[in-house]
Amino acid sequence: MRRHAIRFLRRGQVVELGAIAPMQTLLDYLRLGEKSRGTKEGCNEGDCGACTVALGTLRNGRVVYEPVNACILLLGQIDGKELVTVEDLASDGVLHPVQQALVDKHASQCGFCTPGFVMALFALYQQGIAPTRQQIVDQIAGNLCRCTGYRPIIDAALASCTGQALDTWAMAAEQTARTLRALNDNADLFVGNADTFFAAPASLASLADLALRHPEATLLSGATDVGLWITKQMRQLPKIIHLGRAGLNTIRDSADLLSIGATATYAEAEPHLASLDPDLGELVRRIGSKQVRASGTVGGNIANGSPIGDMPPALIALGAQLHLQKGGYARNLPLEDFFIAYGKQDRASGEIVTGVDIPKLREGEHFRCYKISKRFDQDISAVMGAFKFTLTGRTIASARVAFGGMAATPRRAARTEAALVGLSLDHGDSWGSAIAALTQDYAPISDMRASAAYRVESAQALLRKTLVEMASGRSEATRVTGLREKAA
Amino acid sequence: MDDTRPPLATETVGQSLPHDSAALHVQGNATYIDDMREPEGTVHVAPGYAGQGARGKITLLDLATVRSAPGVLAVLTAADVPGVNDCSPARGAYDDPILAEREIQFHGQVVFAVVGETRDAARRAAKLARIEIAAEIPAVSVDDAVAMGIADLLPPYQFKRANVAAALKASAGRCAESFLVGGQEHFYLEGQVALAVPGESGDMSVFCSTQHPTEVQHLIAKMLGVADAKVTCECRRMGGGFGGKESQAAQWAALAALAARKLGRPAKCRLDRDDDMMMTGKRHDFRVTYDAGFDETGRLQGVDVEFLSRCGCSADLSGAVNDRTMFTADNTYFYPAVRINSRRLRTHTVSNTAFRGFGGPQGMIFAERMMETIAIKLGRDALDIRKRNLYGPKRDVTPYGQKVADNIAPQIIDALEASSDYRARRKAVDAFNAESKYLKRGLALTPVKFGISFTLTQLNQAGALVHVYTDGSVHLNHGGTEMGQGLYIKVSQVVAETFGIDASHVKITATTTGKVPNTSPTAASSGSDLNGMAARNAAKIIRERMASFIAKEWKVALKSVVFASGQVKSGNHSIGFGELAQKVHGARISLSSTGFYATPKITWDRPKARGTPFFYFAYGASCSEVLIDTLTGEMKVERVDILHDVGHSLNPAIDLGQIEGGFVQGMGWLTTEELVYDDKGRLATHAPSTYKIPCASDVPADFRVKLFESGGNPADTIYRSKAVGEPPLMLPISVWCAIMNAIASLKQGAIPPLDAPATPEAIMRAIKALAS
Repeated sequence: MRRHAIRFLRRGQVVELGAIAPMQTLLDYLRLGEKSRGTKEGCNEGDCGACTVALGTLRNGRVVYEPVNACILLLGQIDGKELVTVEDLASDGVLHPVQQALVDKHASQCGFCTPGFVMALFALYQQGIAPTRQQIVDQIAGNLCRCTGYRPIIDAALASCTGQALDTWAMAAEQTARTLRALNDNADLFVGNADTFFAAPASLASLADLALRHPEATLLSGATDVGLWITKQMRQLPKIIHLGRAGLNTIRDSADLLSIGATATYAEAEPHLASLDPDLGELVRRIGSKQVRASGTVGGNIANGSPIGDMPPALIALGAQLHLQKGGYARNLPLEDFFIAYGKQDRASGEIVTGVDIPKLREGEHFRCYKISKRFDQDISAVMGAFKFTLTGRTIASARVAFGGMAATPRRAARTEAALVGLSLDHGDSWGSAIAALTQDYAPISDMRASAAYRVESAQALLRKTLVEMASGRSEATRVTGLREKAA
Repeated sequence: MDDTRPPLATETVGQSLPHDSAALHVQGNATYIDDMREPEGTVHVAPGYAGQGARGKITLLDLATVRSAPGVLAVLTAADVPGVNDCSPARGAYDDPILAEREIQFHGQVVFAVVGETRDAARRAAKLARIEIAAEIPAVSVDDAVAMGIADLLPPYQFKRANVAAALKASAGRCAESFLVGGQEHFYLEGQVALAVPGESGDMSVFCSTQHPTEVQHLIAKMLGVADAKVTCECRRMGGGFGGKESQAAQWAALAALAARKLGRPAKCRLDRDDDMMMTGKRHDFRVTYDAGFDETGRLQGVDVEFLSRCGCSADLSGAVNDRTMFTADNTYFYPAVRINSRRLRTHTVSNTAFRGFGGPQGMIFAERMMETIAIKLGRDALDIRKRNLYGPKRDVTPYGQKVADNIAPQIIDALEASSDYRARRKAVDAFNAESKYLKRGLALTPVKFGISFTLTQLNQAGALVHVYTDGSVHLNHGGTEMGQGLYIKVSQVVAETFGIDASHVKITATTTGKVPNTSPTAASSGSDLNGMAARNAAKIIRERMASFIAKEWKVALKSVVFASGQVKSGNHSIGFGELAQKVHGARISLSSTGFYATPKITWDRPKARGTPFFYFAYGASCSEVLIDTLTGEMKVERVDILHDVGHSLNPAIDLGQIEGGFVQGMGWLTTEELVYDDKGRLATHAPSTYKIPCASDVPADFRVKLFESGGNPADTIYRSKAVGEPPLMLPISVWCAIMNAIASLKQGAIPPLDAPATPEAIMRAIKALAS
């Protein structure tokens, strides 16, 4: 069954669009199409949050509202969702509670970022919680404000999100869920023609089939990177196959294995990853922003092959296995083998990443990971290091060490791993050779994020930190943020 | 008429009214230039530049593919400019071509502009040009410019008092250092944008996100070769300015106007963020080198400092920016013998420009670093060194000859020292550092003194236009622009106060050159000082007419007529403000007036480097505590206390917003915000993915900000308030000093060679230098 129009819920009505340009962004649809210009373009790359809108998605039978960056989200991706923008919130001249609180707390100055904050806080409000300051700060980490210094915005969130959602959206939740359920059919979405199209197959089989027939098509997951190919590199992507409706977002969390489907978003995977290890949770918290994590997927971060993606080094250290499928043929391989060279992965034309299996930590296995960046939140790593040691008593029996930002691909540190085996956590003076071995494993480059020298130096510092922390079992004495003790 | 009542006895002034557009902001209904419904037929302009190279003659400019790209209507080059191809704000400089002609002087310099049916078509086509450059090696940094012997962009300038060399020689202690202070991208959330609408007989209406509508008007008139009067420039609001739209908004407005003229259709030019960051100027970055001499108590005897600044490829506002660096290099401290030298270097980078603080922050961070360094040398607490060097009786003349007559720095510092619990926290920090191997804390309390007035004296003037309608509503217009700082609401409070009406009855209107001409930029923190006074003067003229009329009718003394609470009263007489307006109009008396203001008392003899360039000084202080990781250089700001003086606040909520926002912006400048150029002179950090301004988690949860309890500005300013736009940007120098303090704890007596911004890498560099 095929459907030739995208459908979404907007202001209580189902909107059906049968002719969309495959590359059209949601922001352009709003500003140039609808002429709804409350949503702003600040950076056009998903880093400032001025274009934040909320999407209502059906999840386990309930509508969940998440903030997303409209500038790099493609219009076709909102199929089956509810779209809420800043103009929708006030009714009959009465401001929404988050809007009123922002006014009351003097939380807007130039006002250009404000619609984005309103929508990020709107999504928080819908959670029906009384958030902590930390939860608020996480919620708006992807919204930049250059005027206020954020304090009044945080205060407005504290004042308006008080534990219960009582607005129009909360009241209409059941009706909305019914509507979205009806929109989420099993039809393969295909808008366009054989030369240019936006497609979103509704099953793995039809996805694999379509990808095989159009091996040159762009496979789209969350668009948090592909979106920039369009808005910044001005690339032409005439054929887009969106993976988001193929049922690949399943997460299976068992006692010894965490299986994450390729299109599970970071937002969906976050609690599971956090329960595997607090450092992994903190790492995910610092990947992108709420907006990026609501769209971006674990599978996309892997398939993309970026040398500075944060998830691959952590998953490599944990010994993850990657699943791929081409047509009817499925295979799997250790994640580290997927990354061949800069921009080159072990993925055949027409082949799809379908998921990743992450072994849980067993007795005697210890994990640490760290991210070094200029800004703690919503920044790309200069260096990202991940370590899994198997201890026999106080001695390292085996080690898996992987880094991002240190080579053209996320990669293990073979010499360092070898040098770590047999070291005692109690003999700090014996660690030197393993730490020094990192210089044989990696020869990083200098760029705008860090010099090569600092990359090497901080990679070594992270290994030392791992050893110190595993020896003491503590992290308060070695970290300025992301304490394991706080997460526990 | 009661003009002499105490300033605090006000109804509207001093109230924390919300920003006039707050309700519009939160609903997405505040209209920025790009949100305006485009007039039918609007075309879109995208700038084009040479992808390679930063410096060199243009040897090939092939635009054929651009012209033939889909949706392209025209491609504009310098040859299309009918008048003067220049948008420099510097009088007589003519060094900022709107479209570069024979050579390019920085990477990203605009060589051509595409006019397309859609913005997308124009942007795509702009990438298709073939431009070749006879590339020369660019001078990228200040150090490059010096090493390559590039001639200075502007002549050097100096402040001097007494015999510095002798004072240094005679000093018991000496410190000499050289360090780098980074630049800063404005990152206004709304990028540069302008919409030009052609009118009849060569008229041009320009809607532009600019802090300086008058300059945009004048430059466009010059570019089109028409009289100023034919061009109107209007700006209702900006989505942030911070100095980045003082001179730098003009080029894009000019391109839009040029396209509008050429095609006879409305034209919009809105820069993509990456283009904006590559093509517009930033805060000047500096190399600062100094030699200071002090006695055994830490009191300075002589200071010899040289500021080398990266001005980029043209004059822009660099002259005045670098002057202010010098004006601010003393901060709150008396330098008995002093030489402040400034060199303004030409580099092959984008022309640096105004940015909140306007060179002042770079001067001030020098003074505060010197205090930290002296403290380390003497093994003393830096706060004691600071106190030892404050301006005071008989030590109250600046290096440029102005007497510091309103010095409240000592009171502010003392009050903050107590309220921040500085001494006890110092002990706690020391105790922590003695115990902690990898993490170290640092603490610093730094003051701010910032001169208020444009140092180019002629800019210290403003105009306003006020109409009272016969229903008692008021139309307010003035030359100041709204960029989020709350100028419009503050001035409307002043006008409401003057008429004794509610501020909601004052209609705030867009700044336009058609209503108030020949304005100064909204800059130098002067917005409310100047425009508030001009608007009050306009309102007072009308009030005077209304009062005279009613005094006659009531047969009471003019002086007895009072405007308050929406009523006009004298004794038992009372009439509604609107009703009176109706009557006054009926009597054929004008209810409209302009108002004008020029700041009194200021003088500046630049050749002699002597005078009283500032009407007054603004003061504040902050105390910051940080935690650093000595393994990686990561840093967290743990607590900040601020005490800042705004005189009698016109609007405390707005002022608090300026203080907090300024602090966080300045903290970004000194910590996470790093401009990185590659070896070819191309800016590598041209997007928020690589250039990191503070986000919410960078602001300490423990952030205590208070307004100093002031008796009012001793200078006769509008309701005795003080300017607040720029001074708070310098408060976070305490963060940077606290980082230096934390690093210094690693090795007694050693001075951390910390540069700004203190990124993790910069912190590690300083730590490593101490270890070696």
